[in-house]
Amino acid sequence: MRRKTIKVDYLARVEGEGGLYVKLDGDQVRDVQLRIFEPPRFFEAFLRDRKFTEAPDITARICGICPIAYQMSAVHAMEQACGVEVTGQLRELRRLIYCGEWIESHGLHLFMLHAPDFLGYEDAIRMAKDHPDIVKMGLQLKKIGNDIVILLGGREIHPINVRVGGFYKVPTKKELSKLTEPLKWARDAALKTVEWTSKLPFPDFEWDYEFVSLSHPDEYPFNEGRIKSSKGLDISIDEFYDHFEEEHIEHSTSLHSIIKGRGAYYVGPSARYSLNFDKLPQVAREAAKKAGLGKTCTNPFKSIIVRAVEILFSCEEALRIIDNYEMPDAPFVEVSPKAGVGHGCSEAPRGMLYHRYKIDDNGVIKDANIVPPTSQNQKIIENDLAQFIPENIGLPHDKLTWQCEQIIRNYDPCISCSCHFLKLKIDRK
Amino acid sequence: MAKRKPKLAVWKFASCDGCQLSLLDCEDKLLEVADSIEIAMFMEASRAVIKGPYDLSLVEGSITTPHDAERIHKVRRASKYLVTIGACATTGGIQALKNFRDVDDFVSIVYANPDYIESLNKSTPIADHVFVDYELQGCPINKNQLIEVISAFLNGRKPNIHSYSVCMECKRRSTVCVMVAHGTPCLGPVTHAGCGAICPSYNRGCYGCYGPKETPNTSSLASWFEKMMDVDDDDIVRYFRTFNAFAEAFRKESESHET
Repeated sequence: MRRKTIKVDYLARVEGEGGLYVKLDGDQVRDVQLRIFEPPRFFEAFLRDRKFTEAPDITARICGICPIAYQMSAVHAMEQACGVEVTGQLRELRRLIYCGEWIESHGLHLFMLHAPDFLGYEDAIRMAKDHPDIVKMGLQLKKIGNDIVILLGGREIHPINVRVGGFYKVPTKKELSKLTEPLKWARDAALKTVEWTSKLPFPDFEWDYEFVSLSHPDEYPFNEGRIKSSKGLDISIDEFYDHFEEEHIEHSTSLHSIIKGRGAYYVGPSARYSLNFDKLPQVAREAAKKAGLGKTCTNPFKSIIVRAVEILFSCEEALRIIDNYEMPDAPFVEVSPKAGVGHGCSEAPRGMLYHRYKIDDNGVIKDANIVPPTSQNQKIIENDLAQFIPENIGLPHDKLTWQCEQIIRNYDPCISCSCHFLKLKIDRK
Repeated sequence: MAKRKPKLAVWKFASCDGCQLSLLDCEDKLLEVADSIEIAMFMEASRAVIKGPYDLSLVEGSITTPHDAERIHKVRRASKYLVTIGACATTGGIQALKNFRDVDDFVSIVYANPDYIESLNKSTPIADHVFVDYELQGCPINKNQLIEVISAFLNGRKPNIHSYSVCMECKRRSTVCVMVAHGTPCLGPVTHAGCGAICPSYNRGCYGCYGPKETPNTSSLASWFEKMMDVDDDDIVRYFRTFNAFAEAFRKESESHET
């Protein structure tokens, strides 16, 4: 009897440190562990006793890839606690900066981290030798996303211009309109990207997932909406902890999230797409249809097409916002602290990101909880592996290991975020 | 015979990945950089790993676990030059906030089963553990400075990075002083330049993410905050205790205002 393990000590092309361990007994998977050994950083602990106004700058440092997501969930939570709603052009600018982050982050993942798997390259730089035009187009798309974040945020990593109540400074119409031409190019490039990704080789792999994302009656979700699932969950963000819980397990410094009484669920682009397809602009719906996607996407490998569709959406949405923009009178609304609890939930590029804070009358944070997308997806990733490996056990070890890594990268996991990520080791018996 | 390309390695310890992302954010220059060096080890970007030794190692993140305290010595041994990138690697980072508190409290606030968590009492900069050839400050680092440092080390020269304060950058871009004109507390006078003085140009005070400049007069600045801007001690502690809280100058200043 052969004892075997599939083991990846240090997963590449993911953000942060993690590995995978799979134990096999013949064709049976005995154990799958997505191991997260990213050193714990204790954000929720040191947010205590900080001012409510500091949360967006501090939580941005959880993740260098999606700082806007952290800033957005934080400011919305604080505004809810203080009874303030940010509307009009300031609300639109928040959507715009989020468009920038989606284009940048999806561009990075799609072209540099995920596409090389489908084409058998170890990285995008090696892929660029055979596919220079695709890689250059990807880098240019990513740059345009970053340019939106730089203009509105001051810089692409850990932007400085987001504050509770709005922004420190808002752009003039003329400043924003400089983004129009590059965004029109980006929209065409995104259309080509949707078409290009649809022709990649996809393993036949589907699953009846419970998708979870924000859902808004009028728009594709960024910052607002109810939390909905493909299996009937429909709750206000305030009710998050009534329906979701986090488990702390030994092989991970990241907490695992589950839906109470049901278990694993799936957040991220495929979940958002499947729950909000009809809110996409027509051009994105048509491109998706042409690429062979239905109204839902239950093959996680095809999340690469969905990311391309979301880049297209983000370009379209950014152009809409810039076109309708009128500079607001003030860059922010005044927010006075008020004792209470605030919840913030926004759609990070890799999925729903929930924040909850308790603050006192002076605006001092008394308690903080943060549930990042990757910790929510950990269990689904382990489930995917447990199902995929027995079906593909005949593959040579190297190829199977690589495909296991690809399954993990389907989720664009951000280990730095979740750590509160990951090694592949398969034990075969 | 063609000259061997220098080998670059990127290492990660406790951090947010933002500083190494700066390398991927060099969009226009990335393929050029990749042409002149061999990216031998960069897990965020590639699954290919070429064995050391490496001509230049870029190290992101701080040391917070017993395992990492061992690992950094292996990185040093495999590297001709070792450059730390960012506030975590250079000063301990935001996670050094735990250095001011009891780590067991911290673990139990975040994790239900603290026994599964192995963490050192302090988050410490790389230079506390091994010899560092150059420290590039910033949370996050500036990508142009990163390219400058890589090119300097690969060409055997000193990086051309100024150690003056953010104030100099404000003056050079003609930003009106937010402290003088608006009474907004600003850490610019004691903070290392490099970001390009972004915050004041967006009408907010510098929050010190590049860490202390050379010879910073933090006590003078703190007394300005107190006397002219009515900032209380608790808030002064918060100003100095963010992304470079454990940098000596900022640490001492914050400790002297603890009530």
